[in-house]
Amino acid sequence: MNKARRNPLNTAAAHAILLTYTLIALFPVFVIVINSFKTRKAIFREPLALPSPETFSTIGYETVFKQGDFFLYFQNSMIVTVCSLFLVLLFGAMAAFALAEYRFKGNTLMGLYLALGIMIPIRIGTVAILEMMVATGLVNTLLALILVYTAQGLPLAVFILSEFMKQVSDDLKNAGRIDGLSEYTIFFRLVVPLVRPAMATVAVFNMIPIWNDLWFPLILAPAEATKTLTLGSQVFIGQFVTDWNAVLSALSMAILPVMILYVIFSRQLIRGITSGAVK
Amino acid sequence: MTALKLTNVCKSFGQVDVLKNIDLEVEEGEFVVFVGPSGCGKSTLLRVIAGLEDATEGTVEIGGQIVNQIPPAKRGIAMVFQSYALYPHLSVQGNMALGLKQEKQPRQVIDERVAMAGRMLSLEDYLDRRPSELSGGQRQRVAIGRAIVREPKLFLFDEPLSNLDAALRMNTRIEIARLHRQLAASMVYVTHDQTEAMTLADKIVVLRDGRVEQIGSPMELYNDPANQFVAGFLGAPSMNFLSAARIGESGDHSVGVRPENIRLGTEGRVSGRVTHVEKLGGDTNVLVELADGEVVTVRLFGQHDVSPETSVGLLFDETDLYRFSAAGERLR
Repeated sequence: MNKARRNPLNTAAAHAILLTYTLIALFPVFVIVINSFKTRKAIFREPLALPSPETFSTIGYETVFKQGDFFLYFQNSMIVTVCSLFLVLLFGAMAAFALAEYRFKGNTLMGLYLALGIMIPIRIGTVAILEMMVATGLVNTLLALILVYTAQGLPLAVFILSEFMKQVSDDLKNAGRIDGLSEYTIFFRLVVPLVRPAMATVAVFNMIPIWNDLWFPLILAPAEATKTLTLGSQVFIGQFVTDWNAVLSALSMAILPVMILYVIFSRQLIRGITSGAVK
Repeated sequence: MTALKLTNVCKSFGQVDVLKNIDLEVEEGEFVVFVGPSGCGKSTLLRVIAGLEDATEGTVEIGGQIVNQIPPAKRGIAMVFQSYALYPHLSVQGNMALGLKQEKQPRQVIDERVAMAGRMLSLEDYLDRRPSELSGGQRQRVAIGRAIVREPKLFLFDEPLSNLDAALRMNTRIEIARLHRQLAASMVYVTHDQTEAMTLADKIVVLRDGRVEQIGSPMELYNDPANQFVAGFLGAPSMNFLSAARIGESGDHSVGVRPENIRLGTEGRVSGRVTHVEKLGGDTNVLVELADGEVVTVRLFGQHDVSPETSVGLLFDETDLYRFSAAGERLR
């Protein structure tokens, strides 16, 4: 910012507000992580205290690794999230490209139809989805989850991406056509790299709900071999007794992959969110 | 041989007719400029020729072959776009070579042609740079280079100079004219700028509302416009139009006279008041307001001291007048 326009008071106020918000947002995560390293008694006696030499314990992590096949859950979650994201981005971007690029009858109608999914939660159709999965024999497979999450993510992906695709210069696509590139090459080599920030935005918006979802894994794939991390962590939560050490440890570890993916996408994400605003 | 022949080309978007019965021929080696105000369909016509839009009716022939059903890449054309449209992920070399690679030309031919285009456009030092590292003028030269290496039967230019600043626009204009002489290629060039049209064209096609208003060499159109629109569009400052009654003729036609054909005097066929003077050094433009508020532009060569608010008379010769009917058609 220009030096002449900078007011120290304003800058301080802005930072104070941002810092406060950061603290509020990070506080629950912080509490989960510190308590995952404490003994059960310490968690209840002083939930906000940092682990001290007396209260430090990794019993939670040990339980998690011993009980249940945590790595398998982890792997399942990873497979489901990554595959769903990949399919959402691939099909979402292709549909968005078609809607943005080609004039055909019912183009607007098709766009609205695809956007309808944003307004109607997919969970309303759970019973029908379950029936379909039973009929096709996909119950207790990861594929069932991947298909459902792909369907769940597509509406928003198509909606966001088609807006960005419209901004890609027509001249560029036409230059490609005159140089003899196929429509697929134009899509993958020219258009997709230019809407990468938007794709990262869509990826993050979709990734977190998929990773955290308990509903569909519980209904469609509750078998031991297909449990996801969120569902797997539920074994530690009982109706009468809850193994808080294990729950907190499992949650702390569940945060990690999302955080890593987020860091990868975040630079692109910020560009994606702000690009419409400043240009 | 004709490089391009359009027969009865029509184009509609839904209910809207953008192009109406366009007939046109471009001879081998000719430089043809489509000119007209924005929204007149000139860019659409170019896109129909390129094959980026399908003609609703009529045929497009390039080099004697009907190409209506042939995709853009196989029509033997190359196009330069207003926004340069360079591939952002490729170097200058890669941008120029891509079309040839798609044509499966041997490596040696590609290298030769890219090197030649680089020399022609003095881009040799930039061949390894990305488009984002180039200035606007350099980017447009790369776009032109990308067209040259294809060695097309027909070059298409879509307002290539609109994004450049005034000085660069003139340089690039001269460059394009030089290239045309050097390559002796057929070129179709779209612009809304009548200066570009006048300076570059062998033949100008004036379009309005999807119709061809007149086709001819720049001087033919300038000296002998077919209607009021063409007369007013070509020439800067543009032609003055006065009602017949104002110069003492009967009828409802209007009379056009070019700013450079008017002289100032104390008494004239028409008199008015000077409202504004633009001194350009080489010539002086004087805006004269007539009694009923009509404004006439007078272009005087050299430097003149005329001060606003003085009363002047406008003098012009009968031979310099153009008469147009109320519908805008030329009366001869």
